[in-house]
Amino acid sequence: MSKTITIDGKAIPFTEGQTIMQAATAADVYIPHLCHHPEFTPHGSCKLCTVKVNGRNCSACTFPAAEGQEVLNNTQELNSDRKTITQMLFVEGNHFCPSCEKTGNCQLQAVAYHLNMLDDHFPLFYAHRAMDASHPEVLIDHNRCIFCTLCVRASREHDGKAVFAISGRGINKHLLVNSTSGQLKDSDLDSGDKAAHICPTGAILIKHTAYQVPIGQRVYDHHQINEVSLASEHPHGE
Amino acid sequence: MANKIRVATTSLAGCFGCHMSFLDLDERLLQLAERVEFDRSPITDIEHCGRCDIGLIEGGVCNSENVHTLREFRKQCKILVAVGACAINGGLPAMRNFIPLEECLSEAYLDGIGVENPQIPSDIELPLLLDKVRPLHEVVKIDYYLPGCPPSADVFWKFLTDLLEGKEPQLDYALVHYD
Repeated sequence: MSKTITIDGKAIPFTEGQTIMQAATAADVYIPHLCHHPEFTPHGSCKLCTVKVNGRNCSACTFPAAEGQEVLNNTQELNSDRKTITQMLFVEGNHFCPSCEKTGNCQLQAVAYHLNMLDDHFPLFYAHRAMDASHPEVLIDHNRCIFCTLCVRASREHDGKAVFAISGRGINKHLLVNSTSGQLKDSDLDSGDKAAHICPTGAILIKHTAYQVPIGQRVYDHHQINEVSLASEHPHGE
Repeated sequence: MANKIRVATTSLAGCFGCHMSFLDLDERLLQLAERVEFDRSPITDIEHCGRCDIGLIEGGVCNSENVHTLREFRKQCKILVAVGACAINGGLPAMRNFIPLEECLSEAYLDGIGVENPQIPSDIELPLLLDKVRPLHEVVKIDYYLPGCPPSADVFWKFLTDLLEGKEPQLDYALVHYD
């Protein structure tokens, strides 16, 4: 007998050691997320994947599935909380979509669209954050960093380097580049690295590739992030 | 038709792109005109906002006059709508928020390339600039938001027709864009 949990009343099989997110993805159930990526160690920081497990809020990307769990995912209350979290991400950084080359292909934006976020609700921080254009092929715009640590994990776990780290707390939290000058050009980063391509927002961009895909053909122009996410993170289907 | 819905519109720290997009309603404007009458708006050139059902505001708040206009709209309109990226998060004008105001003025009026007779404008008629450009919801209560840069004519149409039919306005996925 395979073990099962239920998500929104639907029986979902899992194998021992799987997280709720892994079991859900394998069963083609989308749980909104930004800091989670199936290839890397879960970080559990963005909290978008918060689900109710037997009545308690848990991060689906870190919480292990266990026999008989009753999980609530796609509920009005959770989606409302997720929208609030997304609004907080927007006001904490500087996300000016009309002037960002990631627009249309941005997961932060796509999650916001998916949650029907029409406004920022909170006062905007307009935090002063720098740009690092020193590297010949890769650009960092710290204004758009949401501290998901995907670049940190990709660099360590996939590229075998340690180009990035997160430092500081609260409003002073920032992405660090591991080089003596602190600049990207003096780091080990290569434009072919996974870390250079993993950013869910427009914070880390490959130079000379902007606006090559016209409006109407971008990733999220016609497909919501739930479809795109399941198709890419569970490519074997079934 | 006797009791038409009164609509006022204005552009604060915006580019009038949202108004241009509104005009993209094209022939649907005629249908709208059967139900709607315009109060203060660039379309009518009425200077002050009277009692209105709906106020559509494009642009963020960048100077003292914007604040007065926004408060007048809030006072006079039953439903106040933030239209477009700048009204919602400050938009492109808010990109000056990362540069001290004095530096902005110096670059534009004193030190910039090609500036003749350099002086910072100080005519008493000119509204004072705020230190930062702000979105509307930080100054008054906003009832609805139409995102986009600009929101398409279809967004205006869906929003206004929903309201006119007495429904809660709902923008589905295809109508929600921040760019």
